[in-house]
Amino acid sequence: MKRLAIAAGFLCATAAGAQTPELTVYTYDSFVSDFGPGPKIEKAFEAQCGCDLNLVGAGDGAALLARLRLEGARSKADVVLGLDTSLIDPARGSGLFAESGVDAEYALPVEWDDPVFVPYDWGLFAFVHNTDLKAPANFRDLAESDLKIVIQDPRSSTPGLGLLLWIKTAYGDAAPEIWAKLADNILTVTKGWSESYGLFLNGEADMVLSYTTSPAYHRIAEDDDSKTAAVFDEGHYAQIEVAAKLASSDQPELAEQFLQFMLSDAAQAAIMTGNWMYPAVLPEGGLPEGFGTPLPAEQVLLLPSDEAAALRDLALDEWLTALSR
Amino acid sequence: MADRAVPLARWPGWSTGTLVGALILGALVAVALRAEPGAGLRPADWAAVRFTVVQAVLSALISVALAVPVARALARRRFAGRRALVGLLGAPFILPVIVAVLGLLTVFGRAGWISTALGVLNLPPVQIYGLHGVVLAHVFFNLPLAARLILQGWQEIPAERFRLAAQLGAGPREIWRLLERPMLMRVVPSAATVIFAICLSSFAVALTLGGGPRATTIELAIYQAFRFDFDLGRAALLSCVQIALTVAAALVALQLGRGDGFGGGLERPVQRWDANTFGHRLLDGALIALAALFLMLPLAAIITSGAAGLPGLPASVWQAALNSVLVALASTVAMLLLALPMAATVAAGRGGAIELAGLLGLAVSPLVIGTGLFVILHPVTDVFALALPLTALVNAVMALPFALRILIPRARQIVAQNGRLALSLDMSSTLFLLRILLPRMRAQIGFAAGLAAALSMGDLGVIALFASPERTTLPLQIYRLMGAYQMQAAAGAALLLLALSMALFWIFDRGGRGHAEA
Repeated sequence: MKRLAIAAGFLCATAAGAQTPELTVYTYDSFVSDFGPGPKIEKAFEAQCGCDLNLVGAGDGAALLARLRLEGARSKADVVLGLDTSLIDPARGSGLFAESGVDAEYALPVEWDDPVFVPYDWGLFAFVHNTDLKAPANFRDLAESDLKIVIQDPRSSTPGLGLLLWIKTAYGDAAPEIWAKLADNILTVTKGWSESYGLFLNGEADMVLSYTTSPAYHRIAEDDDSKTAAVFDEGHYAQIEVAAKLASSDQPELAEQFLQFMLSDAAQAAIMTGNWMYPAVLPEGGLPEGFGTPLPAEQVLLLPSDEAAALRDLALDEWLTALSR
Repeated sequence: MADRAVPLARWPGWSTGTLVGALILGALVAVALRAEPGAGLRPADWAAVRFTVVQAVLSALISVALAVPVARALARRRFAGRRALVGLLGAPFILPVIVAVLGLLTVFGRAGWISTALGVLNLPPVQIYGLHGVVLAHVFFNLPLAARLILQGWQEIPAERFRLAAQLGAGPREIWRLLERPMLMRVVPSAATVIFAICLSSFAVALTLGGGPRATTIELAIYQAFRFDFDLGRAALLSCVQIALTVAAALVALQLGRGDGFGGGLERPVQRWDANTFGHRLLDGALIALAALFLMLPLAAIITSGAAGLPGLPASVWQAALNSVLVALASTVAMLLLALPMAATVAAGRGGAIELAGLLGLAVSPLVIGTGLFVILHPVTDVFALALPLTALVNAVMALPFALRILIPRARQIVAQNGRLALSLDMSSTLFLLRILLPRMRAQIGFAAGLAAALSMGDLGVIALFASPERTTLPLQIYRLMGAYQMQAAAGAALLLLALSMALFWIFDRGGRGHAEA
């Protein structure tokens, strides 16, 4: 009898231990690195939720979605954080995600009324260069210059795909012609953003495909004024990064609480100087000093997610044809 | 040799060989079964196959062709720093791709050291991007490995042969014809096959140095099928193409590499009396210096760019480094447990299928193996908790082809030399293994273990698919740092990785050679 009591005591103890709910969030790798926003967000959310936040890094946005599709309904993930506007359509089609129940005053360049996907930051693709370079004013200028750029492969990188949609949106049927003219300016194409940016910092290329907010990193974190982003008069394609709740989650309320938390001042501040993107909801103090104001809405290009998905394969074919010659 | 009785049981090798084959093919089948109906292979995929084969053939042939004179020079000469140089030959091979690419471009790039030097002389910069750039990078990775494998071939020529040759007054030309060429005919095809197989699954190197989508490889097509189209069927099909190509290359190599070895000697240190003229010394010296320069410049670039970042590395990098070392050690043990029985069975004869199974680890895309394992394990267990052991296992399987290339020739030689005596003494299989085979393979086991450990240190491998923040490895941490703009910290971490890999390689390799000259 005594033994039974001890056993029962153990059982209660483990049950009590297991009562701290755990929220599993799949996100991209750079989010969870020491210098990304992950650690700050984890600390702040755990302070208010009485739960254990488990951030899991799994490649980048597209790899995240592929991973969730592989896992299906058995996934341990409660929330995915790090899909973007070009992935929303296939993500919706997978049927893996549930309505968020989140509502907010967004500071986005477009109207947002998607019930499932919650935007948590956004950025504009741009070519970053050193301030002493005379930057071209648009893609045609760039194509006629003898500047060398490094870009990322749309098949393996989200910014790479962003550039594809940028040129397709700005030029439509003339996109293949632009790509053909750009071919001799493209020094090389890398697998991911990191390789490109590393090459640019090594002085290998004049400009690199990145974000308008990249120079802010150098200004704020490194006190270095030597980088800037070229403003193109066609406008700049936007990337809105979103999070969503998995339909299979066993912690739906906690997941919703986390999604709402991602729009709080604390989380948005961590995003700005960790992810180096614009906030989805403007925090109280506004943008940090040195961040620069985003371009006005009329300068922002963004296809609705279903159109982006429909154009994707065509744009990729055009890109491959133009650059494989 | 095939049907001769040998004092070695064949079942351990067959069991481990079957295990490896089942693991890899099982993962592939799991991916194929999970696939939804897809479009099959597209014309663009066949273009990728063509490019992949062309670059892999060129890379393998050029690496081997350049490695032969370098290995010969190293085999003929003894000089201060030779051990260090031979040890350093492992270095390029173990670097994470992203680090090696940045290092190579710091030297050969448009703004690199060579272009800058040319600029001073008013010459145009080096045009590195293109097929030649891909081949250059692959030669940088693989020439050292090829040189080590071929150098080992030289070292397996018994010292008595060179002594006899010297007594008969044979010069370099006769030695080439009688000793060196027959040895190369056996060693070179298998070295070329491993390099061909490595280059088949190249992706980031080929794309970056190739200058764009013209340099699309099968691995990139697999990546695209997986994450851009989520077409697992196509990923599995493309992986089958990779396997078919590797198997074809291996069959050709087995055919070409036939022929009997030199048999054994008394295992004295080799002494060379040939090629001692001033001209030969000058030639060998120049070859060794050129090869060393080609290998060391990019390493120097990594060291110079990493030195500044090394002191301020965050704690997570050190934790990741510890994980990496543990994974590397576990992976080395696993590799030896798999490779030694396989090598012994192949040496005992009739083990062609085992050699093929050993090559599969290189033939199948890591992405497909990782995904397949994930599909198999996810329903039954927590894959995240297993991230590090799985990485160790997959790394061991990937190191297997190299290990077998290193272990098999020596094992054959020992069996040929001691087998009959052991049989006549009615020696048991275990006794032969413990008393005769393993002690005599110390140097080769050390080299293979060093290579496996270093390879595991540098490989991003499957960890990228399963990692959580607490369970990262150093290469993954480097990618994460770069992704968060921390280029300096990433360069520092890369230098740490280089140092740790080299240290592990060095310890194992030297440990194996403690008793003999390298």
